[in-house]
Amino acid sequence: MKTIVLWKGDCHNSAVLNLLALCSSALHIFTFTMYSAVKKYLPLPYFLYFCFIFKQMYDNTKVYHCTFISFFLQNNTIKTCKYNILTFLPLNLFEQFQRVANFYFLLIVILQSVPAISTLPWYTTMLPLLTVLFVRAAKDISDDLARRRSDKEINTRPCDILQGGSFKAEQWRHIHVGDIVRIRKDQIIPADLLLLASTEPHSLCYIETADIDGETNLKYRQALHCTHSRLQTEGQLSDFDGLVTCEEPNSLLHSFSGTLHWMGEQYPLSNDRILLRGFRLRNTHTCYGLVLFAGPDCKIMRNCGLFTVKKTQIEILLNRIVILVWRIAVLLELEILFESIEFIAATSRGDSSLYMGFLTFWGYIIILTEISQLIFSFEFIHVVHSLFIDWDLDMYFIEKDTPARARNTALNEQLGQIEFLFSDKTGTLTQNILTFKKCCVSGVIYGDNPCSNPTKEREDFSDQVLVDRLRSGEDRSLTEFFRVLAVCHTVMAEEVDGDLRYQAASPDEEALVTAARNFGFVFMSRTQDSVTVSELGKIRVYDLLAILDFSSQRRRMSVLVREPSGKIKLFCKGADIVIFERLETKCLYLDATEKALEEFAKDSLRTLCLASKNVPEEFYQSWSKEFLSATMAMQNKEAKLEAVYEKMEQELTLLGATAIEDKLQDGVPDTIHILKKGGIKIWMLTGDKQETAVNIGYSCKLLDNNMEILEVRCPRLLKVESEDTSDNFFQSLCVVCFFWKFQDEIFQQDSQIASCTKQVGILQHFVELASKCETVICCRVTPLQKANVVEAVKRQQKAITLAIGDGANDVNMIKRAHIGIGISGQEGLQAVQCSDFSLAQFRYLQRLLLVHGRWSYLRVCKFLNYFLFKTFSFSFVHIWFSFFNGFTSQPAYENWFITLYTVMYTSLPVLSMALLDQDVSCHASLKKPKLYWIGQEQQLFNLRVFAVTVLQALLTSLTLFFIPYGAFYNTAYDFQTFSVTVGTSAVFTRITYWTRFNVLAIALCLILYFIMTFILQSAHLYRVAPQDFSFPGAAYNAFSHPYVWLTILLTVVVSILPALIVRALNKALRSPDLHRVRQKALGNNLGGDACPLQGSLIQTITLSLIKGQFRITSSPNLQVLGHVEERLE
Amino acid sequence: MKKDNKPDNTAFTQQRLPAWQPVLSVGIVLPLFFIIGLAFIGIGIGLLITSNNIQEFEEEYTGIGDNSNCYICANNATANCKCTLNFTIAQPIQGSVFMYYGLTNYYQNHQKYLSSRDDQQLAGETYYLKNPSQSCKPYQMDINNNPIAPCGSIANSFFNDAFALYYNNQGFLDEVKLDGSAIAWWTDHNVKFSNPSQTGSNLSQIFEGTVKPINWSKPVYNLDVNNPDNNGFINEDFLVWMRTAALPDFRKLYRRISGNYSSFMPSGNYTLEITYNYPVKDLPGKKKVIFSTVSWMGGKNQFLGIAYLVFGSLCFVMGFILLIVYAKYQNVEDNDD
Repeated sequence: MKTIVLWKGDCHNSAVLNLLALCSSALHIFTFTMYSAVKKYLPLPYFLYFCFIFKQMYDNTKVYHCTFISFFLQNNTIKTCKYNILTFLPLNLFEQFQRVANFYFLLIVILQSVPAISTLPWYTTMLPLLTVLFVRAAKDISDDLARRRSDKEINTRPCDILQGGSFKAEQWRHIHVGDIVRIRKDQIIPADLLLLASTEPHSLCYIETADIDGETNLKYRQALHCTHSRLQTEGQLSDFDGLVTCEEPNSLLHSFSGTLHWMGEQYPLSNDRILLRGFRLRNTHTCYGLVLFAGPDCKIMRNCGLFTVKKTQIEILLNRIVILVWRIAVLLELEILFESIEFIAATSRGDSSLYMGFLTFWGYIIILTEISQLIFSFEFIHVVHSLFIDWDLDMYFIEKDTPARARNTALNEQLGQIEFLFSDKTGTLTQNILTFKKCCVSGVIYGDNPCSNPTKEREDFSDQVLVDRLRSGEDRSLTEFFRVLAVCHTVMAEEVDGDLRYQAASPDEEALVTAARNFGFVFMSRTQDSVTVSELGKIRVYDLLAILDFSSQRRRMSVLVREPSGKIKLFCKGADIVIFERLETKCLYLDATEKALEEFAKDSLRTLCLASKNVPEEFYQSWSKEFLSATMAMQNKEAKLEAVYEKMEQELTLLGATAIEDKLQDGVPDTIHILKKGGIKIWMLTGDKQETAVNIGYSCKLLDNNMEILEVRCPRLLKVESEDTSDNFFQSLCVVCFFWKFQDEIFQQDSQIASCTKQVGILQHFVELASKCETVICCRVTPLQKANVVEAVKRQQKAITLAIGDGANDVNMIKRAHIGIGISGQEGLQAVQCSDFSLAQFRYLQRLLLVHGRWSYLRVCKFLNYFLFKTFSFSFVHIWFSFFNGFTSQPAYENWFITLYTVMYTSLPVLSMALLDQDVSCHASLKKPKLYWIGQEQQLFNLRVFAVTVLQALLTSLTLFFIPYGAFYNTAYDFQTFSVTVGTSAVFTRITYWTRFNVLAIALCLILYFIMTFILQSAHLYRVAPQDFSFPGAAYNAFSHPYVWLTILLTVVVSILPALIVRALNKALRSPDLHRVRQKALGNNLGGDACPLQGSLIQTITLSLIKGQFRITSSPNLQVLGHVEERLE
Repeated sequence: MKKDNKPDNTAFTQQRLPAWQPVLSVGIVLPLFFIIGLAFIGIGIGLLITSNNIQEFEEEYTGIGDNSNCYICANNATANCKCTLNFTIAQPIQGSVFMYYGLTNYYQNHQKYLSSRDDQQLAGETYYLKNPSQSCKPYQMDINNNPIAPCGSIANSFFNDAFALYYNNQGFLDEVKLDGSAIAWWTDHNVKFSNPSQTGSNLSQIFEGTVKPINWSKPVYNLDVNNPDNNGFINEDFLVWMRTAALPDFRKLYRRISGNYSSFMPSGNYTLEITYNYPVKDLPGKKKVIFSTVSWMGGKNQFLGIAYLVFGSLCFVMGFILLIVYAKYQNVEDNDD
């Protein structure tokens, strides 16, 4: 191989290029690439490169195998895994200790191992820390192994590489830049290639780009003429010694610029010579390509974005709270420190009071940090919640044997807080199967015949009336209708084993031609200038005079044919509006057809109108001259052609209309409807055309006929903002739908598009405006733009976002959103690999969000409140006690009690609540999507709730300490009895938080507490290790005093009473004022009266949150919610 | 098609576990409040009556004031300084009477103090007798590097005042017998503390090689001259002291009144002879002796009784408030659209 691939763009490279240009005439030049990373950071390859040239100058041999720099060659390996055996431990530990809590944990362990400071034995913290680290690490390993497996699967896909004159079967990872590869039909392109040649005429090759941009129609690429003509054999290919200079690797999918230097000439290279990694070769037997970018440099990989660790909003809030708590603790401790220094100064002689105070300070740090245990429980709960998702039978797709998977186990509760949902279209909402459903010919609608054959599959069109009429041949327009379908298209026919197969550029066309075939109008074959059709058994050949191509501006296409009879006819099909504009003045059936179209639209079918026209010979003759000159035009070719087309497509005769169904995935409209009712704003981001997107929007109930659609093209965006800033603008429009359309040309020039997405200003305006609308559809967006939109919404709206998609083009968006969901079970697994959750079907989303998400949010919030409450109320006692022990860091409880309190005595109720609690059943959650609102509004855990919890904990801790204090003041009861009393009360106060599931758990824990206490304070254990079990008989003695029991009783009841009172009052006081307050708050939040959600929501739900408990109350006129509420209580 | 990935259909995995939830309906909450209120008031009254029935007599003997009997002893740190305290009991005390000593502003719950002991030594493990734990520092070894037994701050600060009580029976002092047996916890005496055992040797031999705590006047094996079994680590007074107090103001059981006065202490004048050894002036704390009858609730303490009454009443009031709230707002709600 004698090919040079270089990237131009930075100054080093252009210097190299100059040098190369000097050398190239004198030398054979060798494959040479630079490993991009090394290229950037090390001068080494340059050095090697020059060695190379010099060596070459001397021995001027033909082929030089550059094995010694093979290390620097860019190969096609992709690597998404993070660790290997050596780096795992340091990297993983580094990552783990970046979490504040873990680091703090470590600090505590270190402190505890210092004897002068230690107030608690080392194992109280060390064991939980090790468990946390271990569990985390195990999870990371399994995640990384999964990534490694998928990497391996992708890297070892087979491909053919040209080596030493012939193609050898190799794997994807062996592809290097500069290699020539052979791609067979239906294979996936392994790297970004320059198309050199293909087996098709003119080296055309067809590709499917659904994985990259979501467009399902076939596209074609064509090789340069020079490579096409001179590279037809393997020998020619292996002698190819061209030099490509091109742009640096980048993320722009629709643009490419470069030059091929070959045989002393230069050929410009643009996007239509390039095959990108991820494309699929269609309808083309074989093609050959030169690898330009491989592995991570591929355009699609550049679009993938970086892997970032996602954190839930609650986790972030929690981190803030933990830091806040620590700050408060440190302040408290400092206060205690000063007191303690005074105390020591007053009492002790000899020891430095400052030093003692210092030790005391750290001692308090240790005993006041029980909160660290939170992280461990948090992790565990997340994992189980994820398992529930994995286990859910209602999210198991039986046909493909795929259950739902929670791949990232740390994000569950955020599923209950989604405000914006970004969805891909192709493969996510639609199945990408188009079927001909109905038609209207001469004002008569056919296909609306449900009783004809119920056993037949739904998508098959059958109407006996139509068939009979067609066979009889009496209705000429009916024949004409199907003739148009069979002739007017750009489909290619191919006979495989006697079976006729159609290869269409768009699935719509394929559906129409197939439909015509089903009714006896079989499109047989096409040549450059004829179309052969078998009409009800009779073969007819039409001379193809001209194809008036489809474009998204014209929204129609026509063919001009000469019938076997010699008459010239124009067959035309297109969007209803453009066809109606061009009809002859006296048109029959116009009203009936319009009515039919309306009906079709109601059924969310895609419609097209068909028309024909007889063209007089003389008109054709004059027109064809114009047409010819327009096709030859060098400048303004498009505009001129369009004008010529326009002339021909006039005075048409309307034949009828077709209706095609773009099949949605099961349950998509319902799911979207329910999610919208749940207050989630759904945006559809697609790389597809605007028309297709809107059609899908209607059929999946994202749009309905009451909605007003506002189209926004990029340049107009700012205008809209400046013109209509008044609030009336939004109030007058029920719903605004946005189109963010970019013209294809823009991508190539890389100017306006950049200004659209990169200029923060415009994006900001767009998001600001679009967020107010009920639904947004963005068309023609690249993966990077998808991600940018998500990012902008995330940042500007401070909302929780969810992205769902199935293809490689969604990967970036999935990574960027708070939660990324991949549709599994499809072929390209890349989206799933990068996702946080994977579902087999879009419809499972409603269950994932409304049931699992909501429950998860509820449980996690309850858990946090409960945990903070129990930890604070427990820890604050130490502080109150410090006022009576000279501000020394003496714990108020026994060491074992402290160790087991979180792990054993209180873990069961916490866990049972955090794992099993349900406020309403899953059916109620799905039936009343509005209940989802609590998560979006962050009702259950926020700073206010936190403050309330802390206050409650403070009260409880005061009770816990001061009632026993009063009871034991100036008595002969000793410290251990006191400890046992306070500890027992603390365990008992946990019943404050009782819910459905944890009643049993609380009872179990109490029993466990007594058993464990008696075991730990038994004589036997004391004899074994007096140092560690220093409370022998304390509980036994304490519990033998009725006085102690009375103290415990009072303490517990007084601790629980406030919560009980609040609950009771809360139940009684559903004050109407509260309603109004909520209404107001809600109105502000949702913005504008236009939102239909708002009114009903306020009437139906009032959520009140007191002491971390939440209830849903309803106004009496809504009975369903009444039931919900009963269940809640 | 294989269904390998199909999740299990169990109540747990499908989250269908049956659940019972405590219901807080009006019918439960209201009676609950009233019942709790009534019960608490009842308990409160019971506690108050019990507490009031306890007869308690407390006398301070710190010796701070100039005219105090123990002033001299408190300011001259001579060993075994004696002072007497005369007091009058106006009402005869019925029932068995316990004698306590009390200390105030004394932080037995200080962290450094609390941890300054060696449980292994006190449990009678021979190795630790000669090798006390580091936690005892600075009372681990004396200046000659001899191990201290019992080591640590708590032991070192053992309360060593002694009392003798006389009833002034018409000018003639009748000694009131004090019984110091079984004043410590049974578990302390039998489990937590024990003397190091060594067959065929008496206590003084066992403790050979150790020194007494610095502040002590007598070695640990010679604490009770009268009762050889009440010596070493299981000396009852020592055990009581080692059971540290929870709060800085505390009392500890010293003796039970026995003999003729065990069930009845007549009114009249008493004389308490104090062997004043224990300095509290620097704390600054106070020393007291307390005579008290006992009941099921321990010593005299009105706090709990009052607290019960207060919270019981609050429950009652709350119950009424809730009743009104329920009555009022339930109607309003019904009329609300």
